[in-house]
Amino acid sequence: MAGRALLWGVGVVAALALPQVVPLYFTHLVLLTMVYGLSAMSLDLLAGYTGLTSFGHAAYFGAAAYTVGILTTHHHVAPAAAFGAGVLVATLLAAAYGLLATRAVGVYFLIITLALGMGTWGLAYRWSSVTGGDNGLPGIPPLDLGLPWSLADPRNYYYFVLLAFGLAAFLLYRLVQSPFGLALRGIRESEGRMRMLGYNTWLHRYVAFVVAGAFAGFAGTLYAFHNRFVSPPDLHIAASAEAVLMVILGGAGTLFGPLVGAGIVVFLRNLVSAYTQRWMLILGVVFVLTVLYAPQGVAGGARAVWQRTRRRARAAEGAPAEAGKQPVVQR
Amino acid sequence: MSVVCLRTEGLRKHYGGLRAVDGVDLEVLEGERRAIIGPNGAGKTTLFHLLSGEVPASGGRIVLFGRDVTRLPPYRRTGLGIGRTYQVTNLFPRLSVLENALLATFGLRPQKYDPFRPALRHREVLDEARALLEAFGLWDKRDWPIGSLSYGEQRQLEIVLALAGQPRLLLLDEPTAGLSPAETHAVTRIVRGLDPKITVLLIEHDMDVAFQVAQRITVLHFGRVLAEGTVDEVRGNPDVQAIYLGVGEL
Amino acid sequence: MQFWLTQLLNGLSFAALLFLLASGLTLIFGLMRIVNIAHGSYYLLGAYVALTVVQATGNFLAAALAGSLTVAAVGVVMQRAFLARFYRAEQAQVLLTMGFSFIFADLALWIWGGDPHRIPTPSALAGSVALGPTFFPTYRLAVIAVGAAVALFLWLLQERTRLGAVVRAAVDDQEMARGLGIHVDPVLTGMFAVGAALAGFGGVMGGPFLGVYPGVDSEVLPLAFAVVIIGGLGSLKGALVGSVLVGVLDNLGKAMFPELSYFTLFVPMAVVLAIRPTGLFGRG
Repeated sequence: MAGRALLWGVGVVAALALPQVVPLYFTHLVLLTMVYGLSAMSLDLLAGYTGLTSFGHAAYFGAAAYTVGILTTHHHVAPAAAFGAGVLVATLLAAAYGLLATRAVGVYFLIITLALGMGTWGLAYRWSSVTGGDNGLPGIPPLDLGLPWSLADPRNYYYFVLLAFGLAAFLLYRLVQSPFGLALRGIRESEGRMRMLGYNTWLHRYVAFVVAGAFAGFAGTLYAFHNRFVSPPDLHIAASAEAVLMVILGGAGTLFGPLVGAGIVVFLRNLVSAYTQRWMLILGVVFVLTVLYAPQGVAGGARAVWQRTRRRARAAEGAPAEAGKQPVVQR
Repeated sequence: MSVVCLRTEGLRKHYGGLRAVDGVDLEVLEGERRAIIGPNGAGKTTLFHLLSGEVPASGGRIVLFGRDVTRLPPYRRTGLGIGRTYQVTNLFPRLSVLENALLATFGLRPQKYDPFRPALRHREVLDEARALLEAFGLWDKRDWPIGSLSYGEQRQLEIVLALAGQPRLLLLDEPTAGLSPAETHAVTRIVRGLDPKITVLLIEHDMDVAFQVAQRITVLHFGRVLAEGTVDEVRGNPDVQAIYLGVGEL
Repeated sequence: MQFWLTQLLNGLSFAALLFLLASGLTLIFGLMRIVNIAHGSYYLLGAYVALTVVQATGNFLAAALAGSLTVAAVGVVMQRAFLARFYRAEQAQVLLTMGFSFIFADLALWIWGGDPHRIPTPSALAGSVALGPTFFPTYRLAVIAVGAAVALFLWLLQERTRLGAVVRAAVDDQEMARGLGIHVDPVLTGMFAVGAALAGFGGVMGGPFLGVYPGVDSEVLPLAFAVVIIGGLGSLKGALVGSVLVGVLDNLGKAMFPELSYFTLFVPMAVVLAIRPTGLFGRG
């Protein structure tokens, strides 16, 4: 336990000190990691915890980003209001799509979320009068919350994102530890049994879907104000697939694993793009290799090792677990 | 006067041309211990699926404590007091023993929707899970994954899950299947020791268990009720003897 | 009247392409319960290979053959070397096909570059045919005819031949089929290859009027998915009905509200989902 707290402490200090000690570009990558990481974590809620793998998650991220873009560049809405609108639109979109997607059983869910995701892309791509079509929406202003520190400065925005990410991650963490989160895992393991225990499983799945979309939208708005530009690729199936890869690479069902996965993908993409155009090819190869050789991902594999050592240690001591002291619910 | 817990009227389930349950009329009184026996394929488990709501009926009615539940989905029926165990163990594979029990104890409580407070901090729910697990000797193994339990312990956990919702009608589907004689004895003892107000419907292939636990027996054959009565009445019924001849001992 | 007829025929020619894609998809799913995300890339690869062959030889027929067979070969390798070992692990299979879709798409970009191309219409089918008040490109009519022919062929294969019976047996109960001495693995690989070839062939047929360009794979795949959602996974009849519905509606949408057309296509999909989650003819 003390080891974990120390690790967290080091992490927080490092995160706070970062912009002061490393080049701006590195800070930018860490910021992107947090933004995509949040999106991946919200996908993990659906995929890892509830067992519903969505291949259209970028739709909510992108819808929020586009809302910010449209409102600020076409309608000159105040950035702060656009921020709220972005999250709202993503949530509403998830609420609408969720009604369809949760009707699907098994593999149909996968297909439907993919189709809905690309349908949304099609909207961004073809509805040029509103979305700028292929050109996207450049010129998004920086976020302005009336604070004494200008969020136009990337270093300041980094701290804002760090705070926002921390808050969102905390909420997600509490959600997965809560009875609701436990119920999601129950649904993943055996939905029929859950029904027989008194759960309205459809409602749980639907709420999880909407919540995941809302958090992805939150990430999307953070992205829009950083990138200052949104375009159709942000909603494309490739973006949704990257989110899935982040979850798997990091470890599905671990919540923070996908953050690690996001870091790997963001840094890898940055590294690869410096030398070659073939990022998509590398992405595909990483995908295949991960499924073949590391399906549990980084965090999943680490957790398996940790649990095995714990069990061996406990067996060696011969003592049963102490009542109520060891948190049993998944981290 | 005894209260009728469960009544079915002409309950039917067809799968295309196959009549799994073909017009079953059942009346079970509150607190009764009723065994459902019959050869394989007689429709016993299908009957349970119809009672729990997991399979929609093709026809007929199911009335629980005077209330027509035929159209209700499973989670609503559980709310009205039905609990069941499964012939093939149906637990939550990758969750721990405690998590399995917690899911069951949260099942009918509004707290199950709490999105913020950690599950383990819900003291009364945790205490109820603990009480159930301790009663079955599983508390010490609460952190263990289901796969580490013995088959007998898994079957016991099945019963824990069913009891957590404080059911008024308990459907036990072959609770002793695959158990050793000692484990069978333990389960029989548990079932006999249940609160007398709980109505128990028991599917059993083990005749000894059925006759020890039940006051009345219903014999199903080809989806219909072939015979019904006390243990002795059923034992002495020539039709029942005929279908069991060579299949098992009465 | 002229407008509607043209729209209908345009829609039907697109429907024919969709059918080629969707039938392969549904065949692979019905047989192996694999959702092949790489199916769009098969379409793309078939088109690009055919493009190269046509540019080299001028022979459309050879190009069609080359496109279909190349994709079939790719499918065989993918299925045998990677997918087969994940029998019953559906999620892993889907993820693998997704990874491969990116690999294929980027390889195509690398080899053939980013410019959009068009496969030249075969000279025998160039020009237009007079249909009542309007003229309609001969090639597109040929595509409709080919689509119908393939549908008929597949139906006969499935219902009337020994191969069809074997395939159906393998689908219904693999263990039993194996027990009866039927070599299930070659059948599965073979059918996967057929599904892939259909997609590649679709790419070739679509080359002259849809074009060949990076990204066409990601654009047609969701449409093929919409078709199988409407028709029901595993049903050939569903693929046919769904293709016609989606093809005609897509064309109508493009003509009437071009900016929203790709999105509104998913409305019939949503409607079907709301009424019958497993599709009109699906077995789930």
